[in-house]
Amino acid sequence: MTIIFDGLAAGMLLFLISVGLSVTLGLMNFVNLAHGAFAMLGGYVCALLLSRAGVPFLLAVPIAAAVSAAVGVVLERTLYRRLYGASHLDQVLFSIGLNFMAISAAHYFFGAQQQPFALPDFLRGQINLPGLDVGIYRLFLIGIGLILAVGLQWLVSYTKFGAQLRASVDNPRAARGLGINVGRAFTLTFALGSALAGLGGALGIEMLGLDPSFPLKYIVYFLIVVAVGGSGNIKGSLIASLMLGLVDIAGKYYLPQAGAFLIYVVMVIMLIVRPQGLFGRTAAK
Amino acid sequence: MAIIPSPVDLAPLRRAPAWRTAEYICWLLPVAAYFLFPTSLSLLSQMAITGLFALSLDLILGYAGIVSLGHVAFFGVGAYAAGLLAKYGYGDPLLGLAIAGTVAAAVGYLSSFLVLRGSDLTRLMVTLGVAMMLFEAANKLTEFTGGVDGLQGVDMKPVLGLFRFDLYGKTAYWYSVAVLFVFFWLARRIVHSPFGLSLRGIKQNVIRMPAIGAPVHARLAAVYTLGAAYAGVAGALLTQTTQFVSLDVLSFPRSAAVMLMLVLGGTGSLYGALIGTLVFMTAHHFLSNLNPQYWQFWLGAVLVLVVLFARDGIMGIAQTVIKRVRGKA
Repeated sequence: MTIIFDGLAAGMLLFLISVGLSVTLGLMNFVNLAHGAFAMLGGYVCALLLSRAGVPFLLAVPIAAAVSAAVGVVLERTLYRRLYGASHLDQVLFSIGLNFMAISAAHYFFGAQQQPFALPDFLRGQINLPGLDVGIYRLFLIGIGLILAVGLQWLVSYTKFGAQLRASVDNPRAARGLGINVGRAFTLTFALGSALAGLGGALGIEMLGLDPSFPLKYIVYFLIVVAVGGSGNIKGSLIASLMLGLVDIAGKYYLPQAGAFLIYVVMVIMLIVRPQGLFGRTAAK
Repeated sequence: MAIIPSPVDLAPLRRAPAWRTAEYICWLLPVAAYFLFPTSLSLLSQMAITGLFALSLDLILGYAGIVSLGHVAFFGVGAYAAGLLAKYGYGDPLLGLAIAGTVAAAVGYLSSFLVLRGSDLTRLMVTLGVAMMLFEAANKLTEFTGGVDGLQGVDMKPVLGLFRFDLYGKTAYWYSVAVLFVFFWLARRIVHSPFGLSLRGIKQNVIRMPAIGAPVHARLAAVYTLGAAYAGVAGALLTQTTQFVSLDVLSFPRSAAVMLMLVLGGTGSLYGALIGTLVFMTAHHFLSNLNPQYWQFWLGAVLVLVVLFARDGIMGIAQTVIKRVRGKA
């Protein structure tokens, strides 16, 4: 039982970070490998606010998300925008370049060591039920993840903004013709994606750690979630992350000698069976 | 009224396979480098080997347009194949190259069925996944591969039974350069052959090619296998010249680096792969001595700039400059 619970919590954390990527990659069709860099930025902002400025945790996390979103907007306006029409390969190279810059910048400012990080008291500890140890922070993560999943699903599917965004992605020209400000829709979406990355990064320090190699260390996991879940699909990302978290934790527990091997096997099999992802809609282009 | 098709000027295509003077000069450079930099032969051998690796990626990415983040898989397979062969007594270098190339080609052929399905994004993910799987496998199968400690006890016999691998890396250097040259020559023949032209056709318009009778899938599978074999040979070369295999031969950064070299030099041109490797490794050698972190930062910056402003890399810039000069003259 504890394994299932830990798996769910790990999966939820994966979801928190990678849902932002699902937004940029899936909805905007931009292969943003620098997503991990935004998550790292959120993580550093949160960690520094906690340790140096003494800001309470629950305030530091939204600030981290806001800072990531702001940086996201600046980069989108100046750089990303030029590459919307480019091939996936160009986007991959461009964002790997950004990753390298982010990694060495983090190295330069904060050093190579792990950032110290302490949770506030009310999120520490465990609740012991018969046959099940529930970490409070993990419970907290699962709660936030569920709220976000529902909120995002509602935002994309049922609001006017969501409709405008989907229209802008599917057919920018027609959308523009209908008076939708496509550029603005993209900027806002990118900000949303970056904010989610920052949020996930801030919430993830406790379980993933935080050091300058973060963007490359975990990017594979985020990509797997998006690729397996189907692009631009909140529900798919959620289910894929939970599955991945479960497989990862269970694999580490029952088959430690297989290591991370299991995850890659699952991913490749998934991609072969369902190239569009679990719940993918067929690509518009 | 009959429409007379305008005759297509095939002359540039006919002329393309011929060797030009600049190319002969280009291949004199390794000879000159031997006499100019006798103390850094191991770095120069590394360049030749990485150049071959970049060439292998160029075949599948530059000519056939198959994106891959996991090309290092075949490099690693070749490296381990050659290492294990030598460790268990079959230390003849050329035999090792042949077998490593074959094994890598077999793996490439098998994985081509996975890779060639789906869109670019799926390909990126599947190639990455395959490479990561092999990395984890090599990491865990310690009794075969030595895991993180690397494969030791690689004992090479003399090349052709004549040239021992010496301490100064002279044999290693000439051996690497010779292999690079042979495979470059072969690649040059291949890309100018009808097969190579059909690959470029597939890259440019994948829908039209079946209409003129080109079996797209078979061609792509063939070039993917070929690229894998090339990468395997490059990996085997690295093993044989260093007499050691580290887990690093399968790592993601190596995959990313070779892609950067290729993009820096210019995809879709064989010399682009070599020039990119040369520039990249020279810069790496000098800058990372100064400070490894700066190196990574500037690498990232250059990459961003190349993608934004110089999509065809150094070769593209050179061609534009040559065209301008000729246009004015």
